Amino acid sequence: MSAFNAIGEEREIDRDEYTPGVEPQPTWCPGCGDFGVLKSLKQALPEAGKTPEEVLTVTGIGCSGKLNSYLDTYGFHTIHGRSLPVARAAKLANPELEVIAAGGDGDGYGIGGNHFIHTARENHDITYIVFNNEIFGLTKGQTSPTSPKGHKSKTQPSGSAKTPLRPLSTSLNAGASYIARTAAVNPNQAKEIIKEAIEHDGFAHVDFLTQCPTWNKDARQYVPYVDVQESDDYDFDVNDRAEAAEMMRETEDVLNEGTVLTGRYYVEDDRPSYSQEKHAVGEMPDQPLAERYFDDDAEWERSYDLLERHT
Amino acid sequence: MSDELIWRIAGGSGDGIDSTSQNFAKALMRSGLDVFTHRHYPSRIRGGHTYVEIRAADREVQSRGDGYNFLLSLGDSFARNPQEEAYYGNEEIKPLSENLDELREGGIIVYDEGLISEEDVEEVNLHERAEENDWHVFPVDLRGLAKEHGREVMRNTAGVGVTAALLDMDLEHIEDLMSDAMGGDILEANLEILHEAYEMTREEHDFEHDLRAPEGSHETEQALLSGSNAIAYGAIDAGCRFIAGYPMTPWTDVFTILSQNFPDMGGVSEQVEDEIAAAALAVGASHAGVKAMSGSSGGGFALMSEPLGLAEMTETPLVLIEAMRAGPSTGMPTKPEQADLEHVLYTSQGDSQRVVFAPGNIEEAYEQTRLAFEIAWDYQIPAIIIYDQKLSGENTNVDVEFFDRDPQPDLGSTLTEEELREAAHDNSGKFKRFNHEDAENGVAPRSIPGQKGGRYLATGNEHSPVGHISEDPDNRVAQMERRLEKLESIRAELDEERDSTQTYYGPDDADYGIITWGSSQGAVAEAIERLNAQGHSVKGISVSDMMPFAEKEVTEFLESVDEAMVVEMNATAQFRGLIQKELGRFGDKMTSLLKFNGNPFEPAEIVEGYEVNLADEDRQPTAQVRIEPAAGD
Ligand SMILES: Cc1ncc(C[n+]2csc(CCOP(=O)(O)OP(=O)(O)O)c2C)c(N)n1
Ligand code: SF4
Ligand SMILES: [Mg+2]
Repeated sequence: MSAFNAIGEEREIDRDEYTPGVEPQPTWCPGCGDFGVLKSLKQALPEAGKTPEEVLTVTGIGCSGKLNSYLDTYGFHTIHGRSLPVARAAKLANPELEVIAAGGDGDGYGIGGNHFIHTARENHDITYIVFNNEIFGLTKGQTSPTSPKGHKSKTQPSGSAKTPLRPLSTSLNAGASYIARTAAVNPNQAKEIIKEAIEHDGFAHVDFLTQCPTWNKDARQYVPYVDVQESDDYDFDVNDRAEAAEMMRETEDVLNEGTVLTGRYYVEDDRPSYSQEKHAVGEMPDQPLAERYFDDDAEWERSYDLLERHT
Repeated sequence: MSDELIWRIAGGSGDGIDSTSQNFAKALMRSGLDVFTHRHYPSRIRGGHTYVEIRAADREVQSRGDGYNFLLSLGDSFARNPQEEAYYGNEEIKPLSENLDELREGGIIVYDEGLISEEDVEEVNLHERAEENDWHVFPVDLRGLAKEHGREVMRNTAGVGVTAALLDMDLEHIEDLMSDAMGGDILEANLEILHEAYEMTREEHDFEHDLRAPEGSHETEQALLSGSNAIAYGAIDAGCRFIAGYPMTPWTDVFTILSQNFPDMGGVSEQVEDEIAAAALAVGASHAGVKAMSGSSGGGFALMSEPLGLAEMTETPLVLIEAMRAGPSTGMPTKPEQADLEHVLYTSQGDSQRVVFAPGNIEEAYEQTRLAFEIAWDYQIPAIIIYDQKLSGENTNVDVEFFDRDPQPDLGSTLTEEELREAAHDNSGKFKRFNHEDAENGVAPRSIPGQKGGRYLATGNEHSPVGHISEDPDNRVAQMERRLEKLESIRAELDEERDSTQTYYGPDDADYGIITWGSSQGAVAEAIERLNAQGHSVKGISVSDMMPFAEKEVTEFLESVDEAMVVEMNATAQFRGLIQKELGRFGDKMTSLLKFNGNPFEPAEIVEGYEVNLADEDRQPTAQVRIEPAAGD
């Protein structure tokens, strides 16, 4: 018998279950793109058949990090840049949990960039949503790793001299097995993509364009957007790494010229997830580790039985 | 005749000195002696002068001795430019020449004349010095012997054969250990070399030396293990099955032992991208219901500061270990020091809310690791084991039965789904995870993700009972006080419900006290024994509870003596500072004896420190240690 009966429960799920009952109300600014992420998750999770208590949402620090204050799942609001190591360990500890990590562009591509690369490389079976507003929102509008070249802020008063980071290409090179970009202004696509990401077995990275009307007024509000799957102008195979790479490059190039391309960019369905790889080499237990601690009949090995090598 | 053997095997790193000495120590242990090993090695993979010392006697040995009495010098087969006179001098002879200063009068030297030439020996005036010190020198062609019957690398075996012959030791235990470790042709060749060396030594040499292997017996079966083994085994028996880490000397030992054992125990080990990730993974695994740990040494531990604070604020149980080495910065990676105490106590923003234990020997390392897990999961607080390169690598014999205990995988103050149904929830049905209203000892029971009815938000921000971010002053004070109350409750539990984790030495009524912590314990214990044997009246306390501090016991100790000397391996008297901070007095009673040259204290240095201190002379001891006078002195 499982000690975690919220997991795998089959029942009707109401979207409202994901909304905190009493408080808090979101404190994001009016018009903030972050509302779009919240909304798409509230739609996608029930559609994917997930109940709130089988989901663990792990966030970093930033306006974006408040996500799990307003999404009523189990939540862990961690520290700046560290949502991924916390999230992937929770998944290893209990692979049956649905683990979603989320944070800002500064959080995930800057201070937590190393974790992003390695989590993608290892292909942990989690969903990672980056709220990409091309700015540091919470700390009041400084340049972020995705801010366009020339972007002026209080800390780069003459305009950024740096070329922005390429989130999609970086993800592909690092090893993510599902990569998409969507935008808050495109709720239907956003919901579908988030749902696919949740259902994907492996590291699913969604670069979510979230406008910040407060600090990033110069930026476009990510309209009009183009869905690369729906537009006749683009034709590439999402299962083909080389074609995906080409399409990502173009998408990243044109964003700062005002063309907002979105959609699925890369999908690799047959790659084993990290837990599967680890299991295959014999370093991952068959049963979820967390269950064992609640199992009164579990046998626990003792150091006493290892002593022969020392006598 | 000496009642103890202190055997030193010296050579280059990579010459197999570790495994040879490990087996020899085991053979001595099996013959009924107590043993203690000390490893000295440079931060290099191959070459560089290294040695292992084994002290063996028919009584408890808990420290290095002063000097040693038997040198087996293999020569350095990985010496740089052995043919050239490079600026670093002739390295091949270093395993001989660099070990002479500490060799006791009447000691024995065996060196490999297959590697160390007569010319070289003359250059370091070995014969002259041998005469002066009454050393007995045995040049043996260990390399030639090994080559003749097997392969050159087997010269260590030849050295052990010569040693056994000179010490009149039975070969039985050595042979058994060899048979356990190898087989086939390799075993055959090694046994042949062992016997040949043994016989040849007995035939060809006159024995004028007095030194023989001591004889002893054990009443119960013994196991030889290191501080790192003890910490790893404590973790296993506490039910820890998740470890995340990034390699760094000397913490790597514990990480390796657990990584090798966990797969067979259904555990998970993760080597990750950096130490920030390592600590964050341990937090994530613990949050999801697993007993998890991480650790590092100074620099890596610095990177763990923020995740450590996150565990404090979110009340996520966690065990971290910190294996000190000489700092600052990269410092001396393979040398012991006790200079990270303040780092471990206070790193991370905000008021510290953690538990810190500093075990002083191998049994304590095991016990306190178990205790750290128990407290961490009962009180939902990070617990840290701080130890050092010395304790990590030293091996000593422990009663096998010591480990015959029940494992304790219990998750402490964690609720089951059934219990969650009875627990407090807010109006919207959200679990009051951080409920300060009916917390006991400051502890509010926790739920685990995936449980029905346990949903809450864990956050590093200050938060309300259900976990919502909150800056309300009343809530803030209530939550801080509740979290800090846990530390007071832990102190009370340690004082009232458990055996003391401090260790005491010497007569109760002594009026001079020596205070130490961590791995300096063994040398202090031996110094106290000697001082009392010489007619002084000295007692000692080795303190383990750094946070919450062993306030009552240290106060009682200091009140009971007129004067005290605090012995620690650092330059700024960090532990003495902690005592003064915690107790707010005794500053005028405490002198410090400090050592920070990269080598641990020897008992004689502590004896000398005591004598200099007592004589109230205005001089420093002759050894490379410092006296830091008491306040007002
Ligand atoms: C270690 C650390 N450094 C800096 C900060 C301050 N800080 C908080 S959020 C943030 C950046 C926020 O930008 P982003 O991650 O893009 O999130 P957004 O607010 O835009 O959603 C910074 C620098 C911090 N909390 N921790
Ligand atoms: S500052 Fe920008 S990112 Fe933050 S809540 Fe306001 S609009 Fe959103
Ligand atoms: Mg941002």
